[in-house]
Amino acid sequence: MSRVDIQHVSKRYGAFAALDDVTIAFNDGEFFGLLGPSGSGKTTLLRSIAGFIAPDQGSILFDGEPVESVPVHRRAIGMVFQSYALFPHLTIEENIGFGLDVRSVPREDIRKRVAEMLSLVRLSGLAARYPKQLSGGQQQRVALARALITRPKVLLLDEPLGALDRRLRQEMQVELKDIQRESGVTAIFVTHDQEEALTLSDRIAIIDQGKLIQVDAPQTVYERPANIFAANFLGDANVFRGTPAKSGLKLADGTVIATLKPSTGAAIVRPEKLRVASGRKKSAGNSLTGEITQAIYSGASVTYRIHTKVLGDMPLLAFIQNQTGEVLDTGAAVTVSWDKEQTIPVEA
Amino acid sequence: MERAAKTYLGLILIFLYLPIVVMIAMAFNRSPLYEMPFTFDLVWFKALAYNQRLLQASWNSIWIACINAVTATTLGTLAAYAFARYEFRAKRLLQILLFPPITIPWLIIGTSMLIFFFWTGIGRGLHAILLGHVALSLPYVIVVVGARFANFGPQLEEAAASLGATPWQSFWRITVPVLLPGITAAALFAFAVSFDQFVISYFLAPPGTSTLPVEIYTSIRKGFTPEINAISSIIILFSMGLMLIVARNYKFGGDN
Repeated sequence: MSRVDIQHVSKRYGAFAALDDVTIAFNDGEFFGLLGPSGSGKTTLLRSIAGFIAPDQGSILFDGEPVESVPVHRRAIGMVFQSYALFPHLTIEENIGFGLDVRSVPREDIRKRVAEMLSLVRLSGLAARYPKQLSGGQQQRVALARALITRPKVLLLDEPLGALDRRLRQEMQVELKDIQRESGVTAIFVTHDQEEALTLSDRIAIIDQGKLIQVDAPQTVYERPANIFAANFLGDANVFRGTPAKSGLKLADGTVIATLKPSTGAAIVRPEKLRVASGRKKSAGNSLTGEITQAIYSGASVTYRIHTKVLGDMPLLAFIQNQTGEVLDTGAAVTVSWDKEQTIPVEA
Repeated sequence: MERAAKTYLGLILIFLYLPIVVMIAMAFNRSPLYEMPFTFDLVWFKALAYNQRLLQASWNSIWIACINAVTATTLGTLAAYAFARYEFRAKRLLQILLFPPITIPWLIIGTSMLIFFFWTGIGRGLHAILLGHVALSLPYVIVVVGARFANFGPQLEEAAASLGATPWQSFWRITVPVLLPGITAAALFAFAVSFDQFVISYFLAPPGTSTLPVEIYTSIRKGFTPEINAISSIIILFSMGLMLIVARNYKFGGDN
């Protein structure tokens, strides 16, 4: 339950910059997602906060106190590993109590706290089992209970749900969020799964090639991405490149599309913001004509890929809510239109 | 086909165990010249109890094997830990260099040790034998404990540290217990390597001092007595018991 500050942190491995001047302020009690592709530096950042990695430059502060010289075991962190890292030779009770045991907390108190944690993660009957006797989801909850029992200043989670299958993952997302709220701990988690990041996080940081791209609430990152990378990494995006024009963005063939704000040379539109109508007729707002190259029906929605002259090899992607039950055929001539307000200028 | 396979395996076991069974049987036969019919008698075991040289050699062997097991296992486990957890220069080369001593004939190792110990003033004696055995056992220990490290990444230790365990607590409460099946197997291996060792002990034993294998060899040259069968039977049962423990531990170690 603390503020964590990362200030101008850099870490290099030879010529490779794993972290490049990253500054983030994590608020007390927030659930913060570090999102990026593999090799982006998000895990390096998490492990720097934990103390497993010493940054080359910059400082890390817990509640304003620099911790660079504090070893891992005195940082008062809790960590959940992707593989859970439960101690195979200890029972569930001993695993969860480990953090108190190494601090020489009296046995009676340990037993009481372990029982509390077990009920928090709904595993009360399993105290005497060994980790390998538990399912993946149960092991995940033990790892969480073990990390929380010491009342850490910050809870660090490395791809916490990565090893679970899809169904269980969705269940655990809800549970993880509930437990974090209940305990009020500042939690920072690493993921490459955009859905997980959107569901769990109060705020998200998008990281690419060691650099911080954007820090914002999930909704803001999705609706107002800072650049093309952020737009593509969190969700799908139709990207338009061109030159700044008076009222928007001028594309290669001279078409001008209106943008929300004056653009700097690129703009994106989310696929679900597009409307698709059959036939070629210009409509109000932004529109382009083209031809359907692929139509994928998935019940609740239909995904179209639409070839347009101006975008050439890059088809427009449109997610259309299935309200009429009709699907346009491949090869059909269509008009795609969308609102100026949904055309978000981004950095190229 | 299955029947043939079973027969084949049966023959192999007979081939392996028949000589041993015959020797154990003869330890209980009254005749010193292996005469039949077989007459059960404990006479050779009683004679053994009065054979001071053989008993002394046995004690020497047991002591050396025990001290060797403890020393080699401690040193070897620490070395395996360093190999598994740290990056250092020439690590790969050092790892590769562990294996040749296992394949170099003992006779050659024994000769080189004798020369080296003589040259450095270490000389011969039980201390030299122990030193030789430790050197000989180390590669086995490092390989056996190292195998255990192969499916034991640093994550458990990192988890312990994140929970507030000091490196010392983490080593004793996590690393050692998780490695324990490997460490036990390595210790038993080291014991067996030393206890069975003849060539090096023979080279490094000064006159008047010997270990059990050396003493058995000397006695056979002087004229065979069934007391050898008796002591051998005891050793065989003891060694086989040890190896069964190793086998058990190793199997359980694998799926832990």
